[in-house]
Amino acid sequence: MKSVYLDNNATTYMKKEVVDAMLPYLYENFGNASSKFYQIGREAEQAVASFREKIADILGAKPNEIYFTGSGCEADNWAIKGIADAYRNKGNHIITSQIEHHAVLSACEFLEKHGFEVTYLPVDEYGIVNPIDVEKAITDKTILISIMTANNEIGAIEPICEISEIAKKHKIIFHTDAVQAIGHMRVNVNELGVDMLSLSGHKFHGPKGIGVLYIRNGIRISNLIHGGGQERGKRAATENVAAMAGIAKALEIATNDLDENIKKLTEKRDRLIKGISEKIPYCRLNGPVGDNRLCNNVNFSFKYIEGESILMLLDMKGVAASSGSACASGSLDPSHVLLAIGLPHEIAHGSLRLSVGDDTTDEDIDYVLEVLPPIIERLRMMSPLYEEVIRNS
Amino acid sequence: MYSEKVMDHFANPRNVGEIENANAVGQVGNAKCGDIMKIYMDIEDDKIKDVKFKTFGCGAAIATSSMATEMVKGKTVKEALELTNKAVMEALDGLPPEKVHCSVLAEEAIHSAIDDYYKRSGISLGVEHNCSGCCADCSKKNI
Repeated sequence: MKSVYLDNNATTYMKKEVVDAMLPYLYENFGNASSKFYQIGREAEQAVASFREKIADILGAKPNEIYFTGSGCEADNWAIKGIADAYRNKGNHIITSQIEHHAVLSACEFLEKHGFEVTYLPVDEYGIVNPIDVEKAITDKTILISIMTANNEIGAIEPICEISEIAKKHKIIFHTDAVQAIGHMRVNVNELGVDMLSLSGHKFHGPKGIGVLYIRNGIRISNLIHGGGQERGKRAATENVAAMAGIAKALEIATNDLDENIKKLTEKRDRLIKGISEKIPYCRLNGPVGDNRLCNNVNFSFKYIEGESILMLLDMKGVAASSGSACASGSLDPSHVLLAIGLPHEIAHGSLRLSVGDDTTDEDIDYVLEVLPPIIERLRMMSPLYEEVIRNS
Repeated sequence: MYSEKVMDHFANPRNVGEIENANAVGQVGNAKCGDIMKIYMDIEDDKIKDVKFKTFGCGAAIATSSMATEMVKGKTVKEALELTNKAVMEALDGLPPEKVHCSVLAEEAIHSAIDDYYKRSGISLGVEHNCSGCCADCSKKNI
């Protein structure tokens, strides 16, 4: 059976060059990068320094502003809780948005239980935060603003530069979760004007289990893991040299091919959007259109049906996708992002996210456009909500 | 995550559709929660001659509707009223914990249709059939 992977916002395949860059640190050089008194330890140390330098260089940062973490979630958690702890004498207010990743939202909810106040800014119908709302929410107790660069579910690209201007004006630390942005748009910490930025290796063809938190020099942050002196004493743990090699290589490839990659992915994305809109009635594109949308993200709601059923029938046709329905997420409510853009629950339940990758072919898109409409029709014919539609048409 | 039986009933659901001139129709659940089940029955001499369903919901909701209709088809109304969600789950070789409410909904849908049959005959079971409170939003606001 044909197999089509359209869940690149969830994770991506590892590129061969990335695996090749990692292998030496899994086989020949297993040295501990903190054991500097013998050759393989020093080599590992030098390798880590070079990976840090490469990542810093690509992001427009200094090497000592790059901290390796175990994941994007860890980077987000550290940014939020580490700043809250370090600046709690200055204030207890944090501003974020309703459509952040759970790594940010759950960390904020945790802080609320410990005396912090959090403003969850609404977004417009396309999922965009209004910078004016950010400025209005600032109080003399605000210590941190955290707004994602681009949304993982509906691909909304946020006005990070405008928000960073506001943060600077009010001298408030600004963190952005750029996990979905890397490889899909230009990300440079100085151009964005952010103080902290989170990355995750596996979202751009790197390995899982490695992330990065950029922390601008001069920002205080509480240490995350207490132990050894790794990551300037802030995040103890023996360096995962192979994963660091992998994320550095993946970032290099993602950046080198960026313009071409954006162009290719945008074409595929738009073919999918156009095809679905034309072939399937009663559907709605969630998220922005055009340049304000991540180049690889497609998200539709199909009225009168539920998302998990769509995923299961797509899986039977070899297509891997995801949904914001409650059932598919394993929680009780549909996606918080879809609710934040104003979708009623029943429409949010019927959502489908298709995210293309650099290995998605035109044939893959044709195949999805061929198998998806009958799946939607089949589920609608089983749905009591569709009965009236048929009767009235 | 699903048993082979659930997958079979999801992929090849039995008894999908409507019954024209059904003398028993029941609907439970709500769109907000993400699942609605509607059951049509053709009951003659207290026997369920035919039964069909329409479901808006996840894989488990469709599979439990299919299985529940299979289990009551040909049965007497009394026998059908004894159908429990547990029996539906067992017949499907189990459901993941977060999907148990789908089997509850299937039981309620069958009961709701029979309730309608009784109502039409001037008898009331006196049972309220509403959403089983499947989602947090419902249980919180008690809609």
